[in-house]
Amino acid sequence: MSCTEDALLSRRGLLRTGAASLALWSFMPRSAIAGTRDPRLLTIVLRGGLDGLSMVAPIGDPDYARLRQHIALAANGDRAGLALDGFFALNPNLPFLHGLYQKKEALIAHAIHTPYRGRSHFDGQDLLEAGTATGRADDGWLNRALAGLVHAGKVSPKGLAMDAVVPLVMRGKAEVLSWIPKVYNVPLRDSTIARLMDLYAETDPMLAKAFAQGMEIQRVADAGTAAAAQMPMPQGQQPTGQRFRDFTDAAAAAAKFLAAADGPRIGALSYNGWDTHANEGVIQGQLGNRLAGLDLALKTFQERMGAAWKDTVVVVITEFGRTARVNGTDGTDHGMATCALVLGGAVKGGRVLADWPGLKEAALYENRDLKPTSDLRGLLKGVLRDHLGIPDGALGRGVFPDSATAKAVDGLLAA
Amino acid sequence: MAQPPALREAQIALRRFGLGARPDEVHRLGTGARDALEASLKDSRAAALADIDLDASNIALANVQLAQQQRRALREATQEAMREAAGVPYPRTQGASPTAPPDKSGFARPNLMRGEVYQDEAAVRFDRFVTTDHGFLERLVLFWSNHFCVSAAKGNVRALAGAYEREVIRPHVLGSFTDMLLASAKHPAMLIYLDNQLSFGPNSAAGLNRKRGLNENLARELLELHTLGVNGGYTQDDVTNLARLITGWTVGGLGQGKRAGTFMYVVQRREPGTFALLGKRYDNMGVDAGERALRDLAAHPATARHVATKFAAHFIAETPPPTIVAKLEASFKATGGDLAALARTLITADEAWSLPAKKMLPPNDFLVAAVRGLPFRQRPRSAEIVRLSNQLGQPLWQVPSPKGWPEENDAWAGPSALRERLRIAEVVVGQMDRQADPRALADDILGGALTEKTRQAIARAETKEQGFQLLVMSPEFQRR
Repeated sequence: MSCTEDALLSRRGLLRTGAASLALWSFMPRSAIAGTRDPRLLTIVLRGGLDGLSMVAPIGDPDYARLRQHIALAANGDRAGLALDGFFALNPNLPFLHGLYQKKEALIAHAIHTPYRGRSHFDGQDLLEAGTATGRADDGWLNRALAGLVHAGKVSPKGLAMDAVVPLVMRGKAEVLSWIPKVYNVPLRDSTIARLMDLYAETDPMLAKAFAQGMEIQRVADAGTAAAAQMPMPQGQQPTGQRFRDFTDAAAAAAKFLAAADGPRIGALSYNGWDTHANEGVIQGQLGNRLAGLDLALKTFQERMGAAWKDTVVVVITEFGRTARVNGTDGTDHGMATCALVLGGAVKGGRVLADWPGLKEAALYENRDLKPTSDLRGLLKGVLRDHLGIPDGALGRGVFPDSATAKAVDGLLAA
Repeated sequence: MAQPPALREAQIALRRFGLGARPDEVHRLGTGARDALEASLKDSRAAALADIDLDASNIALANVQLAQQQRRALREATQEAMREAAGVPYPRTQGASPTAPPDKSGFARPNLMRGEVYQDEAAVRFDRFVTTDHGFLERLVLFWSNHFCVSAAKGNVRALAGAYEREVIRPHVLGSFTDMLLASAKHPAMLIYLDNQLSFGPNSAAGLNRKRGLNENLARELLELHTLGVNGGYTQDDVTNLARLITGWTVGGLGQGKRAGTFMYVVQRREPGTFALLGKRYDNMGVDAGERALRDLAAHPATARHVATKFAAHFIAETPPPTIVAKLEASFKATGGDLAALARTLITADEAWSLPAKKMLPPNDFLVAAVRGLPFRQRPRSAEIVRLSNQLGQPLWQVPSPKGWPEENDAWAGPSALRERLRIAEVVVGQMDRQADPRALADDILGGALTEKTRQAIARAETKEQGFQLLVMSPEFQRR
């Protein structure tokens, strides 16, 4: 392993802070998808409940400024957002995303939500990741989507989770491997590896499998690092500084695997810390900083994907939005609908998809939250069907059970 | 080779209900393992950390806040001096006179200070873990510390997480659930972690005056995680009403004299009114309304069920047999949440001694068991253990969410985490006592659990070092 790899991974703040995790699958797409596309999919889960009204602000809604008071974004002045379509404005901490939107490589869905109507992070995340209509499940929709392809002989499930805990969205029958960096820079001895494999094989099948996979992942990681070292640095590299390492390191690692010629094709990444109950700091502060970190992470990812960006879709989702009104501590509490992003070189973007319910008292969900008017599962189905070639039938049954009401959104991808 | 049943019981006592055997412990316990476990539940003060050079939470918090205050003042003074130097007029507060920026070197750096307290607390705790004869008590501390978890990743909680465990968890692990619940909900670490220090009754004097309102975070987790459980039958209104009933529960600031850094009830933040929680009405006349609400939650049947299920899942099996959950639930109900009785119910249940050892050791417990069991020439430093536990996915006092660490084997038996456990073994075997023999050690620390396959693998190792590695990586060592 080269020292760049060690430097990147051992200094990562993300395990230290638990701020981010990454999971990846390999995917042999040429046989799955017609033509020459080699699709990549990265799912980014923002944990804690993203304030969609501060990320993509409905500045054209007359009730927005009334509800959000001094934390509202505006069309101009001190609190100006970045113009999207006149009605919505993007948080000013997202200039890269704004550029993608203008290049028609980013699409925003608003007033969107899973079927979850409670306000618990854990249940909300469970439903978001399980893809179920109600209740818990032991596996995630991304895993079930892949399991279908595995069954059809189209996928080689060699995945990675860059964290000790694989996120629910990737848990399930299709195998996922976890990946954490070396804790010491010393090699393991072949003889010890072989003896331990023998011992596990005879006594503990679960450890036998995990251990064999652990050794395999290290091989892939070492190969990926060697390949990355060969690649010329794209223009504008090292944009990040130290400040957002939690975000950018995970994004860079995701790109390293997803861009590689024989690397994994499906990944999931989570960023924690969106639970902005107090002193939300929409422009400067908690949320502003996290959005700036996310923006840099997307930029890092896009740059490092290189030519593969054109075959890439990134979806950004969260378990729920936040209350329509600012609360007593300059923050927002757990709410309902929020926004989701679909971006990448393969996306037909430059649009905000929203059946806007408005923010009048009567229009709020339980007189408190932005009302959900579209089902997040429909958006995800659209991506899985048109990008990965997963058939409608499988999407409606196994991947998102009881989701007949959430029809796949058409036309998300560029022709 | 079959071991005598007594050694098997000693092994279970030291692993399932302990932090792992030291080399002489299995034989020392011999046939007395169950009695020794029960005896360890008799002294309710035994889990305390006495004679230690650590600050109480109020001192630690006040120290950090003082350093932060000084730093702010320094920054402001510096900015002012710079503006003046640049000739920019600056609105001066009355009476202030121009000063040169103070010298930076005289002030403590708050972040370093928090980090030092965190490491000092970690070191004392690690020392207890590796030297104790009462591993069961420490496992109870770990369990309850996780049930009522705070995160050192949140601001000043970093300087408080260790003191929180000493002040809230340790005194009550053999006491009453209600007392622990109240101590937890009123501790500065929890009030900061779950934002209750920022909550104001919207119709309270301070709320109206400062246009501030409720923060529901602590109230929600009190219901969902600490007492009833997510399916405990409460509604959003219950969450909001509980939040109202604990308005004013906050932390004294630096200006509050003796109450600085301690729990403080600020009546000006109290939301006036009568609020219903689970159908019962509470007149919010003072701090005792919230206390009564928490007492009632602790006594609710859903809490007994929730705690019993979690307790069994932690100590017995990821999916515990319903029989043992029922026993624990009944004990919790019958004793009004007596935690020593709960622990006694656990270790007197047949299931506790008969089920196979399937649970993977979480990173902290794996590292502690290795330090307890292996013949280190010199014990590893606490800071290194903190680093390794973090790298393996379990940073000390930094849970990923208020739900705490997961109980699932999947979480800790991930492929590369397992590989990295071997890499740790690869490094530490160089630090073993050169006289020690891995074959004898395996019998000593895994006696009663050691399988013939593992015994053979260790005996046939190429080198002593490899023998130690195989011992530490064996399923018998990795699971409990």
